[in-house]
Amino acid sequence: MTVFTCILMGFLIVCAVAASLSKNLLNTILIFMSYSLVMSVIWILLESPDLAITEAAVGAGVTTVLFLVTLKKIHAIIKKDDGREEKDDE
Amino acid sequence: MSKRVPQEQYEKTFSYKFKRWLDGTKDPYLNEVEMKPQEPFCESQQDVERREEYRKGMRERVYNLDRNAGQRIFRKFYSVFSVLFCLFLVAMLLAAVSWLPSFGEADNPVNNEVSRRYIEKGLQETGAVNIVTGMILDYRAFDTLGESHVLFVATCTVLILLRLDRREDMEKYQSNDRLHEPKNDVILQTAAKILVPPIMIFGIYVILAGHLGPGGGFSGGAVIGAGMILYLNAFGFAKTEKFFTAKTYKRLSFGALACYSLAKSYSFYTGANHIESVIPLGTPGAILSSGLILILNICVGIVVAGTMYTFYVMFRKGGY
Repeated sequence: MTVFTCILMGFLIVCAVAASLSKNLLNTILIFMSYSLVMSVIWILLESPDLAITEAAVGAGVTTVLFLVTLKKIHAIIKKDDGREEKDDE
Repeated sequence: MSKRVPQEQYEKTFSYKFKRWLDGTKDPYLNEVEMKPQEPFCESQQDVERREEYRKGMRERVYNLDRNAGQRIFRKFYSVFSVLFCLFLVAMLLAAVSWLPSFGEADNPVNNEVSRRYIEKGLQETGAVNIVTGMILDYRAFDTLGESHVLFVATCTVLILLRLDRREDMEKYQSNDRLHEPKNDVILQTAAKILVPPIMIFGIYVILAGHLGPGGGFSGGAVIGAGMILYLNAFGFAKTEKFFTAKTYKRLSFGALACYSLAKSYSFYTGANHIESVIPLGTPGAILSSGLILILNICVGIVVAGTMYTFYVMFRKGGY
């Protein structure tokens, strides 16, 4: 149990540092999502399942989706195969 | 209709004098003042060129380190000071953490008569098996009411910031539906078909069983909101607008907040006046038990689910 908790804690710290150091905003959001997921597992280990459900739904679900939509709005997600996709649409 | 008077007659009237005074062509001390129209602003070609050159050289003057001594000093000290500030912050936070009482000790300040009362008498007084829900929706229901209102105010702010009000914007967005409507992704649609019903049912279960097990209005509402967002992503706005529009959201959130306030005012009234509440607590463990908690949970759940969905729609499209 304690070994598992330590591994999760280490993963949490790695995620937190990686999210702030990552250059790509999309990567940052995905790392942040995994941070929330690990956090919800840790909440269960700390015997607070109420918080775990909320963290999984809000942190990993809704917040990530809102971040992704914002990135799309400000055109921060760069499409590499832009030309090919347009052809597919037509 | 008014009659058009000749010029000489008009010049004698009060309105003509008033007009002249207003225009400034007549001064009480100088009598007649000739008014010249303002000359249009014109700049010689040289001035324009000089100004443009100055503007072009701005970047060079500011960022060329050889010429800007202040910038050079600032850059040198900026990194040093940022590292120092971070170290200071880390040291301060670690020092603060080291002063915290250790986790799980018996004589921590957390273990006082309040938490003892919650644990010992919570089930008896609130009727909720889940003590956490009994706490947040009975002993501290006023805080939860504030939380629901915070969510509502947050939605209002997002509406103010992101809603498209101008008609031409709306029309442009609606004519270019591909901007917002998802492309008909087969994988996403199949996954949504399988996943959305369990997610919704789980959310409803979490809300309804909030007083029996882990969960409650906030988490269940968030789960339902996430499920609705998934459904919207898979099938587009045309399908969700059949059951959820701005009007629905307005009515639902107003109804839920009003219901919460009314229910809680009743229990505050009875509690403050030591009147026996008519709402029975029921047998602990049954779904219809613990008095008002079930209703309050449903209200909070509706507000949270609507808020989550509205946030997403506002970010995505700027309107329903």
